[in-house]
Amino acid sequence: MTEQVDTGRRHFLTVATVATAAAGAAFVAVPFLASWKPSARAKAMGAPVEVDISKLETGAMVKIEWRGKAVYIVNRTPEMLASLKTGDNRLRDPESKESEQPEFARNEARALKPEYLVIIGVCTHLGCAPLDKFTPGDPTVSSDWPGGFFCPCHGSKFDMSGRVFKDVPAPTNLSVPPYRYVSDTRILIGAESENA
Amino acid sequence: MASTSQTTPSGGGRLGALTAWIDDRFPMTKMWKEQAAEYYAPKNMNFWYYFGSLALLVLVIQIVTGIFLTMNYKPSAADAFGSVEYIMRDVEWGWLIRYMHSTGASAFFIVVYLHMFRALLYGSYQKPRELLWIFGMLIYFALMAEAFFGYLLPWGNMSYWGAQVIVSLFGAIPVVGNSLTEWIRGDYYISDITLNRFFALHVIAIPLVLVFLVVAHLIALHEVGSNNPDGVEIKKVKGPDGIPLDGIRFHPYYTVKDLIGVGVFLILFSLVIFYAPSMGGYFLEHANFDPANPLQTPPHIAPVWYFTPFYAILRAVPSKSLGALLMGLAVVLFVFLPWLDRGKVKSIRYRGPLFKAFLFSFAIAFLVLGWLGMQPPTPLFTNLARLFTVVYFAFFLLMPWYSSIDRTKPVPTRVTYHAH
Repeated sequence: MTEQVDTGRRHFLTVATVATAAAGAAFVAVPFLASWKPSARAKAMGAPVEVDISKLETGAMVKIEWRGKAVYIVNRTPEMLASLKTGDNRLRDPESKESEQPEFARNEARALKPEYLVIIGVCTHLGCAPLDKFTPGDPTVSSDWPGGFFCPCHGSKFDMSGRVFKDVPAPTNLSVPPYRYVSDTRILIGAESENA
Repeated sequence: MASTSQTTPSGGGRLGALTAWIDDRFPMTKMWKEQAAEYYAPKNMNFWYYFGSLALLVLVIQIVTGIFLTMNYKPSAADAFGSVEYIMRDVEWGWLIRYMHSTGASAFFIVVYLHMFRALLYGSYQKPRELLWIFGMLIYFALMAEAFFGYLLPWGNMSYWGAQVIVSLFGAIPVVGNSLTEWIRGDYYISDITLNRFFALHVIAIPLVLVFLVVAHLIALHEVGSNNPDGVEIKKVKGPDGIPLDGIRFHPYYTVKDLIGVGVFLILFSLVIFYAPSMGGYFLEHANFDPANPLQTPPHIAPVWYFTPFYAILRAVPSKSLGALLMGLAVVLFVFLPWLDRGKVKSIRYRGPLFKAFLFSFAIAFLVLGWLGMQPPTPLFTNLARLFTVVYFAFFLLMPWYSSIDRTKPVPTRVTYHAH
């Protein structure tokens, strides 16, 4: 028996104990952190919603709630659709390359059927609800305003397809949710394919 | 030291015996002496030194009124707005308790901003008080979180959209941004789930952190000793008894002084509670008298006044991620002041013209940005916000330069003091 302390052994035991404790702490942290994720109920409440658009007049807009967010559906007039052709050089992402939308909406109208715009009414800047300012030259926006959406919070501007203008804080176009036509007059918002 | 009955302050008798009994088991007298009766504070502390003790008072007010509010408040999307109305109308004195709490929130930031400005004036963050300053800044961050979480609880429309905007800020973080915001909300939008967890954070998690940090702040303060308007270290000149010549006992001298501050504060506090509890929309925003509506943003959205300087900076930048980054930086840069400041003196009294000019412009920029943050974003205001954002950051980022080349005045060895 020796009085000499085996420092190598002590060091090994200290490191091994700390490593075990750290692994344990990490395992314990997982359930607590994961408990903050959307619960099963929250996910179930986020199911697709069906909308009847037969009564939506030309030029009018309805707001639908899907996953607690406003979804705007606009029945666009031919003038509104024509206004999409004009302002490409004033738009930040005219071809929706950096924006969020289903593949079918990566076009100028950003829609399945060009006349019906279906778009999430949540500003891509900080989440406010953009206002519908469809009248060209609306004095509350600007005299050269082509008509579109205007966010009252921080002044972001979007055209009649929800495409963002340059020199505003919003980084990308308004998002298009996944949706499909169940019939000619009914849209299912939240799912693109039959089995979703 | 204080373990025998000879050191009891109350002398002999039964009380003295009780004190001795406790002191043998818990360092009561020792702690009282170290922290108050024999804690020597500079004798020249002025008006600016009221706000530390006042912040402590407001913390107590917030904890007590907060506990009583939770007895009637219901943290659910269906009941929250109604339960606040119930507190205001049906609970006996409920309106008073709630107005104390809502006014207390603004009062907290007023005294904390003045307390922080005092540190800027007199260089209180400089060596050896860096850690004291960092604890203070952590208290400020915890306070911001506490105010933000608490603001959602009434479930008014401004509560709702304020939370929506601030949580969306995390979406500016590359790659993880969107899943992070979903994780914070626990849902695809600010919902009942979000309200419930913000309630938990507001009433227990953050208050515990705050109290712990306040204790750490006070321990650090009493370890290094208080700074003073001259920025002179009083511990450098001690009498034969080892007591700083320019120091006086905290108790009774400063307890009495602080009590006068408490009196004046409570008079002003009561005036606001009874005559202007919403302070014309600055303390309680008008849009918050409508219940939360996830489909309708209020026409003009602005945070409560204490966040508006940072909000103005966020809006001034025409890029989401850069705006969020600059806003975060505007808050965090304070932490680095002890190392940004290369000045040879602490107090504004002995600083040169450069530091005075920069500090003055910074104070103006802070106030103007605060005002701009409440206004709608017109092109003129946006340009003004950009200008003052530059001034704001110049104070911090140019500090290593201007504080080192400034023409400072000689600092006396003793504090300046005029007996009254």
